[in-house]
This record gives sequence, structure tokens and C-alpha cells, in this order.
Amino acid sequence: MAKTVSFISRNWDKYDPTSLASYESIGGFSALKRVLDGFDIVARLTEADVQGRGGAAYPMGKKWDQARAVKGEHKVNVCNADEGEPCTFKDRNIISHDPFQMLEGMIICGYTVGAQDGYIYLREEYKHLRPLLLSAIDQCEKAGYLGDNIQGKEGFNYRIHLYSGAGAYVCGEGTALVESIEGKSGRPRMKPPFMKQNGLFYLPTCVNNVESYSIVPGLVMDGEGFYKSQGTPECPGTKMVSVGGNVKHPGVFEVPFGVTIRDLIDLAGGVLDGHEIRLVQLGGASGKIATPDQLDTLYTYGDMRKADLTPIGSGAVLVIDDRTSVIDFLRMTQEFFCHESCGQCTPCREGNRHIKLILDRVAEGTHTETDMEKLKKYADIMTQASLCGLGTSAQSALLTALKKFPEAFAIKS
Amino acid sequence: MKPFVEVDEAMTLELAQLADRVIAKHDHDSTQLVGILLDIQDEIELHYIPKPVAFYLAEQLDLKLTQIWDVLSFYSSLYTAPRAKYPIQICDSVVCRVNDSGNLYAMLRDILNIDLNEVTYDHKFTLEKVPCFGACDMAPAARVNGRVFGHLTTRERVIDMLNSLD
Repeated sequence: MAKTVSFISRNWDKYDPTSLASYESIGGFSALKRVLDGFDIVARLTEADVQGRGGAAYPMGKKWDQARAVKGEHKVNVCNADEGEPCTFKDRNIISHDPFQMLEGMIICGYTVGAQDGYIYLREEYKHLRPLLLSAIDQCEKAGYLGDNIQGKEGFNYRIHLYSGAGAYVCGEGTALVESIEGKSGRPRMKPPFMKQNGLFYLPTCVNNVESYSIVPGLVMDGEGFYKSQGTPECPGTKMVSVGGNVKHPGVFEVPFGVTIRDLIDLAGGVLDGHEIRLVQLGGASGKIATPDQLDTLYTYGDMRKADLTPIGSGAVLVIDDRTSVIDFLRMTQEFFCHESCGQCTPCREGNRHIKLILDRVAEGTHTETDMEKLKKYADIMTQASLCGLGTSAQSALLTALKKFPEAFAIKS
Repeated sequence: MKPFVEVDEAMTLELAQLADRVIAKHDHDSTQLVGILLDIQDEIELHYIPKPVAFYLAEQLDLKLTQIWDVLSFYSSLYTAPRAKYPIQICDSVVCRVNDSGNLYAMLRDILNIDLNEVTYDHKFTLEKVPCFGACDMAPAARVNGRVFGHLTTRERVIDMLNSLD
């Protein structure tokens, strides 16, 4: 059985998440001081090859370097705490166990890219974490970690604002998220202009996930290269995963890259007795699905990509056992996307509805050859022509199911 | 039967005071519209945004009414019609459904004697289905006014939840 590690989660249960003094007593904010003294975090991020943890896996070092290079009087950074992918709950645990580490990561990012304002976009579903974050921000302001001339650094003025989502999955998409913070409905924007030049309030914006920010303080203080020693040579580091579905003990685990998918399921206690795994969906509802034969695939970006699986994505591992058929599973996922499509672009709005109708017919067994052709055609159009990531990735599960479980779509006439 | 003439709700002093208080808490910042609406909705007994409040906010925050309506109709956590004192939101995403949230729904329907989106006669409970709210480690789960109740697999646990609400 795979061992869990603690790098991102090393502070969990070691201090009182409601108290800044408690965080300082275990060495909190020494990373910020080190960065203010001239430590180059971008070089460290690049060297450790850290990928953004929101799902798109954009190299963080590159992202921060680009954000730093953008010219602008006023810049902002955003913390995306809108983890809406079903079966993803790692950010909830990160914020509730260790809010200060995330804030420290945001402040370091603010200093590095030259931002004056940081925005946390917390999903409405996690509103029970609002008081915790507000108090943490307040304590940081009083202690001089936020405000003007932070820690005596002349000219480093940085503040953090907490904004709330309101139950829209699409707002996890960067441009929809900033629309929502601006007080509008969260419909994605056209790109370009890209967020790094023209994002929130039309300012240069650097968006990172909760987990991405939480890696930063640890990396700054990681002199011995612990982070890099974890995982595989091609894919070093650790990752927070949330394992759920038909497993005995669902939960959040921190694992080194390079364990197998089976290891992850074992961490959660395996499937319930007397049942077998039907499929595993990786990376949330927009993730591709794995067959039981693929469970020995290594959990790294490269290996997952090679095995035609979503490379890591949101870190969700959803296990479905033999009580749910492939088609029923796809219909549930499809209902989710029908509900969450914002309706702005035609491929996503109409595609999702039509695919849902066809899947209903497949479940009844009344589908025809034409239906199957349409199904593939609509899924392809959505993948190629949708405006934002929601539409382009919504049919990942369906498209992989068509390849991996063709018998589920057999025409019964 | 619907009345022939719909009567608009009236703006009351209490609603105006509530709105003023929430706007002040958000520093009169119109970009915080979503947060303002959520906070107002939290404090209103039947957890929705009455129409006159939307008009009032447009005036106070110097926003167009269309923007407020756009936001209200876009986000699924904002409601424009009266709900109940304790809206019970059953998670309707894959993780809870493969952990038999259907049974949870059936139990609640049976105990409360209402269907989806119906309200009990005393305006206390209503049943709603919502997408994943990140309680997958406690599936099947329900959420009431922001409080999460997990592992609702037996009738006893469901009744315990209902009792703890009132």
C-alpha cells in the first residue's frame, strides 16, 4: 500500500487554524520574510517543475514569471477557491486545516508578480469557511503581513479581499471567475486578451488554485529539496487527491506523484466488499474515465496522458462500482453539465441537451445508428468549438467511454 | 389558482434596514453584489430575494436593475421566489447518487410528505436538489442553510437532522 506524505499538509493539526500566533509558532511567515530578503521563488518553482493545481496544469514558474514581466501600475492576483468538480474536496480541507499557509502563498505571489490586491473567490458551498478566512485576513492585517509597507519592505502594499461565489460551476473558469468578482453573472470572456494582461477589473491578473498557493511557503523553506525528492524523476513532487464514490473510507490524501491509481483507491479502503470496480473517473466530472485494467497506470502527468486519461486535473478520483452501469454514470454526468452550462455559446448549450436526450435513448435501448453518429458528432463539435474549458472538456467522459466501453452503446434492435 | 392581478410585494422598513446593513458591511462596494445578495438572502426568513429588495439595491448601489436581475437569475444559489425556513438541499451529483442519495430523497419525501421543490404547510421545509457541494466524503449528504449533514443513510439519521434544525 502506498504511503502518504505530508508536504502541503505538513501543518495540518499542528497548529490552531484560527490563530496567527499559533501559525507563527510553528515557523509561519518565515517563507515570506525569506522572499522579501531576495529569495527567488520563481526560479525555485521552475526548478521543482511545479504544475498549477487547478486542473489545467500550467507550469507555475512560467505563469509567475510571465505575470511579473507584464507592465502595469496596478496588478492583482486571484486565489481560485471555487472547486466545483464533483468529488473534489481537497481545497476545503486545505483551507479548514491551514488557512494561513494559503494566505502566505498569496502574499508571496503578490510580492513576486508586483500585485497590490489579492482576491480569494470562495465558492458559496464553503461559506462555513468564510469566518475562518476573514479572521485570518484580519489577523494578518493587524500583524503587518498585509497592508502598507509589509514587514518594513518599502513600497510593498498588498491587501486580500474575500469574495463569494453563488453556486456556478462555470465560475471556476478564470475569466468567468473574474466576471463574478466584478459583480456580474459569471459568463466566460473571449480570449485573448489573456488574463495575465487583462483580467479582473481589466488589470493584469495572476490566477492560482488554493493548493498551488499552499505549496509555495513550503517550497521556499525546502532547502534540502524534499519536494523534488518525492515522485518520479520526470514528475517530482506531491499532490493532494480526494478519493470518493463507492469506496470504504473516502477522504483527502497527500501522495507523491508516481503511485498507481490502485494505490489511491487502496488508501481510501478499497471498494465495498462484494463489489467490483466498474470504472474510475479522474479529475472531476470533466475528466476522462479509466477501465479496471488501467488501474496500474502511474499517477503522473506524463503516464496519465499516455494512457489517455486526464492528467491529474483537479485531483479527484471517483470510483464507481458494478452497481452503476456505464450509461447511468454518463447520464448523471450529463445532467450535471446540462445544469451547469452557462448558455452563452451554442455548442455547449445545445450540445449538452442533445447529448442528454440521446443518452436517455441509449439507456432505454431505443437508440439507432443515426443517434450514435450524432452523439459522436455533437461531442466532437463541443470539444472543438466551445468558448471555454467547460464545454471543451464536458464530453471527456463520454468520448473515452465510447472507446473503452463500446459494448455499453451496442444497438439493440 | 393564480390571482388575476399579481400584487407586488411591498418594501418594508425592515427590508430596507437589512439591505442597508448588508451594504454597509460590504463597504458600499457594488462589485460585491453577489456577496450582498447572498447575505440578504441568508437573513430573510424564507431565504430568497424579494423583488422590491432588488429595486432598492439597484438604487442604493447605483447599478442597473438588469444587472441585478442577470445575477439573480444566473446563479443557482440565489432565489427569487419564497422557499422555506429550512430548505433541505440534497446533493444530486454523481458521488452522492452512487451512494444512494435516491434513498435519502425518498425518505425525506416520505417523512415531510412533500415533493421536490414543494413546501410544507408551515413553511418550514422544502426539498431541493443541488449540484456537488464538496461533502463527497460524507455521501449521501444534504445541506441546510449552509450546514452540512452527512452519512444520511438511515431514517434515524434523517429524523435526527430534521430535529436538530428546529
